[in-house]
Amino acid sequence: MTTGNGVSLAARGLTRVYRRGSEDIRALDGVSLQIRRGEFVSFMGTSGSGKTTLVNLLGCLDNPTSGELELAGRSIFGGGRALSERELTRIRREVFGYIFQNFYLIPTLTVRENVALPLAFYRKPGSEGEVERLLRLLGMEHRLDHLPGQISGGEMQRVAIARALVNRPEILLADEPTGNLDTQRSAEIGEILQDLNRSAGLTIVMVTHNPGLARLGGRLIEMRDGRLHEG
Amino acid sequence: MISRFQIAYKNLLRKKARTLLTLVGIMLSSWVLVSLLGFNRGYEAALNRDIDNMGYQLMVMAKGCPYEAATMMLQGGTGLRYIEQSMVDSIVHRSEVDKVTPILMQAFFDPDKGDGGGIAGYFGVDAETFPTMKPFFRFRQGGWFHDEQAAEAVMGYEAAELEQREVGDKILVPEKNVQLKVVGILERTGTQDDGTIFVPLKTLQKISGIDKITTIGIKVKKDADSAKLEAALYQLPDVQVVSFTQVKQTIMKLVATARVMVLSIAIIAMLIAMAGVVNTILMSVLERLQEIGILKTMGAMPGDIFILVWTETLILCSSGGVAGIGLAFVFARLSDILVRRVLPYAPGGELVAIDLKLALLTLAVIVVVGLLSGIYPAWKAGRVRPLESIRSEG
Ligand SMILES: Nc1ncnc2c1ncn2[C@@H]1O[C@H](COP(=O)(O)OP(=O)(O)OP(=O)(O)O)[C@@H](O)[C@H]1O
Ligand SMILES: [Mg+2]
Repeated sequence: MTTGNGVSLAARGLTRVYRRGSEDIRALDGVSLQIRRGEFVSFMGTSGSGKTTLVNLLGCLDNPTSGELELAGRSIFGGGRALSERELTRIRREVFGYIFQNFYLIPTLTVRENVALPLAFYRKPGSEGEVERLLRLLGMEHRLDHLPGQISGGEMQRVAIARALVNRPEILLADEPTGNLDTQRSAEIGEILQDLNRSAGLTIVMVTHNPGLARLGGRLIEMRDGRLHEG
Repeated sequence: MISRFQIAYKNLLRKKARTLLTLVGIMLSSWVLVSLLGFNRGYEAALNRDIDNMGYQLMVMAKGCPYEAATMMLQGGTGLRYIEQSMVDSIVHRSEVDKVTPILMQAFFDPDKGDGGGIAGYFGVDAETFPTMKPFFRFRQGGWFHDEQAAEAVMGYEAAELEQREVGDKILVPEKNVQLKVVGILERTGTQDDGTIFVPLKTLQKISGIDKITTIGIKVKKDADSAKLEAALYQLPDVQVVSFTQVKQTIMKLVATARVMVLSIAIIAMLIAMAGVVNTILMSVLERLQEIGILKTMGAMPGDIFILVWTETLILCSSGGVAGIGLAFVFARLSDILVRRVLPYAPGGELVAIDLKLALLTLAVIVVVGLLSGIYPAWKAGRVRPLESIRSEG
């Protein structure tokens, strides 16, 4: 999925308008942006500034109202064309891994089973042995057969990260991954993400309210009223 | 590593109480359904068996005389009317007739039977012709009478069981204070013969002081014109002719009403169980919107989610169905008892006949209906969009 110039994601004039009753909310207002392979980009901004909306569009979880998106040189959105859920799914499982503020682990499945869950639907070649490898990498090898209810929040997010990575994505999207964690656990998760970015070359797009965490990435983008202010 | 089946199965374990209740619903309705289907087959078979086991297809008796031992016992023998024994001779010569046997039914009040006494039914039978009419009788102990005037008795299975009699015991004919020696005890036949005490005809005539008979059993020759014989028998003075083919038809008509009732109950039970399935699965889908959304972000296609939810339905219905059918097998006799309570006439033996083929058929019906009811929740789950679900938690 690489192109010559190493650009992974390219957005041009990305706009997302939500309709709420008769009112139109312009959550994202003509955002243009390029993210290179192996970059670690952090988005900060006040609540409602459009961070989640942007990350969802970049992650092909949603269709934009207008604007274009290219993924490794391939046009995903553009020309008012919307992708079907099926097409979006195909792109998502090839390219992306997602983690969220709420970990969304399945309470009746063990740590190991939760991480293996994506493989029940789609198995990218080379994902054999990934479950154990990732859990070891994230320091969870002693909790393999525990249920989510039996581990801490920080550990749950590690499991969610392992699950997001099990199909070897190129880009990890993280929307407030430490929003539910204390300072100590947040720092640990931050370290893990930084390590994945540095040693494995994983592209990371992260939304956070935590300035310490935001500085971990090489690039920090401020959002205000659906627009970018990069500094 | 983890299969979809495991995911579905483990999800059902999440709300154990709800899953269990749904299972019980499916179980009960499949129990009712398989028992009903089993009854439909079993009842007619039992009725035919009963009629074959009479040994004769036609009975001749005095007008107004009860022709069934059960009725006779209910009336305490008061309704009995008699015909001359010589009538046997006028029937036996007819060309359609294979065999003829005279019978004297008597009912005596036995104060020691059950609570506050009961009626004991005695059949005086011809020691020579009666056994040939009932070649399928098997003796558990002993055999038939030694001669046609012997003070001997052959007891039906239940009659012997009830009074704990063995061959060689003496029994006392109630009201008459006559002692009889038990010479034979029959195996169970599943018919009213089980509750009867057989005595040589002449002996019973002597005991009761009646030199007539109540009934003539007629075995019609194979392929003979039974209707013609019936018409001829009606020409005899003051008799009624009972044909078991007619009796059977009458009974089947009466039972049809009961069948329709039970069928409606089964359908209602089935509908309720299926509404339960839809409700359970739909609830569990709505509770898991976020999780389903996450599965979608992981690369699950709408079809994958559909199959996942459908698998849950399948697990519920097939395990509930298997359990219900298992129960029906185990408690088939209990169903018999229940069915006997609502039926106008219940033949002996198994009324509810469930075999493997029927069980599999019922299971197939349940699984198919279950899968149909799973379509809507599964479709709904398949359409969940990853974003809606992630956002809905706020
Ligand atoms: N599904 C939706 N329907 C209507 N309005 C929406 C929807 N999603 C978001 N919005 C609105 O769009 C704007 C941007 O929302 P968004 O979730 O992107 O903000 P955010 O920067 O992620 O905020 P937060 O830091 O609180 O997560 C907000 O005004 C929000 O109310
Ligand atoms: Mg947000």
